[in-house]
Amino acid sequence: MTVPEPSATPADSEPRPEEPATGEPLLSVRDLVQEFTVRERGGGKVGVVQAVSGVSFDIMPGETLGIVGETGSGKSTLARAILQAPRPKSGSVTFRGAELTKLRGGSLLQARRHMQFVFQDPFGSLDPKWKVRSIVEEPLVAYHAGNRTARRKRVNELLDLVGMDPVRYAKRHPRELSGGQAQRVAIARAVALEPSLLICDEAVSSLDVLIQAQVLNLFERLRTELGLSYLFIAHDLALVKQVSDRVAVMYLGKLCETGPGEAVYREPLHPYTRALLDSIPSTEPGAARASSVIQGEPPSPINPPSGCRFRTRCPRATDLCAEEEPRPRELAPGHAVACHFPLTEPPPAESAETTSAANGTAPAAAPAGSETTSKAVR
Amino acid sequence: MTDALLVVDDLRVTFAVGGREVRAVDGINFTASPGATLAIIGESGSGKTVSCRAIMGLLPAGTAIGGSARLRGTELLGLSDAELRRHRGSDLAMVFQDPARSLNPTMRIGLQITEAITTHRKVSKREAQSQAIELLRLVRMPAAERRFHEYPHQLSGGMRQRVMIAMALACRPKLLIADEATTALDVTTQAQIMELLLDLQQELDMALIMISHDLGLAASYADEVIVMYAGKIVEQAPAAGLFGAGGAVRMRYTRALLDAIPHLERSAHTPLPVVGGRPPDPTALPPGCSFAPRCGYAEDDCLAKVPALAEHAPGHSWACWHPCENGGAA
Repeated sequence: MTVPEPSATPADSEPRPEEPATGEPLLSVRDLVQEFTVRERGGGKVGVVQAVSGVSFDIMPGETLGIVGETGSGKSTLARAILQAPRPKSGSVTFRGAELTKLRGGSLLQARRHMQFVFQDPFGSLDPKWKVRSIVEEPLVAYHAGNRTARRKRVNELLDLVGMDPVRYAKRHPRELSGGQAQRVAIARAVALEPSLLICDEAVSSLDVLIQAQVLNLFERLRTELGLSYLFIAHDLALVKQVSDRVAVMYLGKLCETGPGEAVYREPLHPYTRALLDSIPSTEPGAARASSVIQGEPPSPINPPSGCRFRTRCPRATDLCAEEEPRPRELAPGHAVACHFPLTEPPPAESAETTSAANGTAPAAAPAGSETTSKAVR
Repeated sequence: MTDALLVVDDLRVTFAVGGREVRAVDGINFTASPGATLAIIGESGSGKTVSCRAIMGLLPAGTAIGGSARLRGTELLGLSDAELRRHRGSDLAMVFQDPARSLNPTMRIGLQITEAITTHRKVSKREAQSQAIELLRLVRMPAAERRFHEYPHQLSGGMRQRVMIAMALACRPKLLIADEATTALDVTTQAQIMELLLDLQQELDMALIMISHDLGLAASYADEVIVMYAGKIVEQAPAAGLFGAGGAVRMRYTRALLDAIPHLERSAHTPLPVVGGRPPDPTALPPGCSFAPRCGYAEDDCLAKVPALAEHAPGHSWACWHPCENGGAA
């Protein structure tokens, strides 16, 4: 993934270590907006859910982008808007050189053939009356890939690929499978047409941890064996980081931070990313208890807060955050944040964080060099 | 432990499924003490939920339950429904995973909490209502008076779980069992609810049993940790004895669980250490250690003989013929 606006790189003229692969991105999303109108009984308009509000990112061939966000952050809506199901309200989605928002009918179907989906609940996405063999064969039939014999042979190959013995499992029904096995079948179906992009929406969230590790390793193996790119959506930051080259953090319909997975975890720039990291239970006893827990709940996406959407829960928020929406800024190579007061800077003087830290005494003067911070101090 | 509130001794639960015997819980012992948090960890089907439901008397009639579970000396197993109802609420309470399904969607939440109070106590309607609002404040519900008049669908998942906790606390139970109470919640909400549960536990001096599949949650919030596999306890220790600088996991299964959790410290695209296979069929358990067929360290004795759970170090028990040295960290 690259950040849309190329910005000033650090003074040293060394080549950037995280130089993205050159060439065309596989998927390019620009200013994507998805909204849903909420109506009362009788049809009167109640409000507009701003589910996705101006999201932009690229995925290069062979790259995995992880999107992390909580319930209601719009991450699943984003995935479906990319798929044009339903179509986004505005913005562009360019996949393998084709503008999906302008395609319809057969040409959209052909373009989408290379973009497949794996959902959270494998049993909900597999027809209970069908046998495993027919489920995996379905996309081959839909796209007229080969005759019956060739398709059956391909189904066996696919089941082998996801680690399921075709002799044992091809004739079973979904209810005769465990959750992990059912998810493997869903994955076999998704890769049947040799897609170049797999969109995984909470694809391992419902699995036990040992089974989850098996499926994550399967995704990893398919990535290297088939050269797949992934858009990997989950609420678990540690899980997303495990599989992703780059990570984007989503809050209330907007990306608030994007960057290399390691950088987002080691040097988070957005206060919300820090809050997410602090909430992860650690295997160090008492670690989670020591850090502060973020208060409150995400506001409604029907009337999202003005300016920065995270400001109502942010310990660093000032008046500026309510007045002006922060634009994404690249503060380190490939690492961008949409925040007026990113964590690389000391908290602004009038914010709750400073007041509570200083405990009533005068806040320490912010060092010069950051104009927003010095302005806030004065 | 001398001041134990709940003493569970050799608890066994057997279901009959299609003429075959399923030993869901196979002889487990533990205690729960006021002001302490016990975490019971295991995968789906390990018996963690069934053992707690047996204590609460929530298993279907016809289930064979053996052993004993004594609350301050009173045997809970085998009590009649009427006797159990006296204990539930005032002594024992439980919070479940899915608050949306546990709440009545057609009743305002205030009425549901009020009902929980009047079922167990003889108080006037007005008194019960003011207690219900007090409970909503206790669980840090924002705008408690307003929420009192709302329906479950008007609340977020985290707020619904707060309502469930308020109902569970209506009669100030001595023991609260939280069965995957935060699993369906977002990570920031999970942290809020866990903080709330631990705060309330200290305020009310309750014993807390948290059932979870997440070892990380146990490490962060529990005092004592039990790991279950195929109906048995395979490792038991204080949290500090398992995790962190001074801790060492000994049982191979606990190690496998810990290794399979994606850690932020692990670099991307590195394969996770996995164990193959699935938990054994509970109707046909292997003759030796239940985990042996999946264990990379199993030897002949593991397949032949069941290792007993024994206290090998002070406070730290495990059931393994070839335990990890130094915690087995890779």
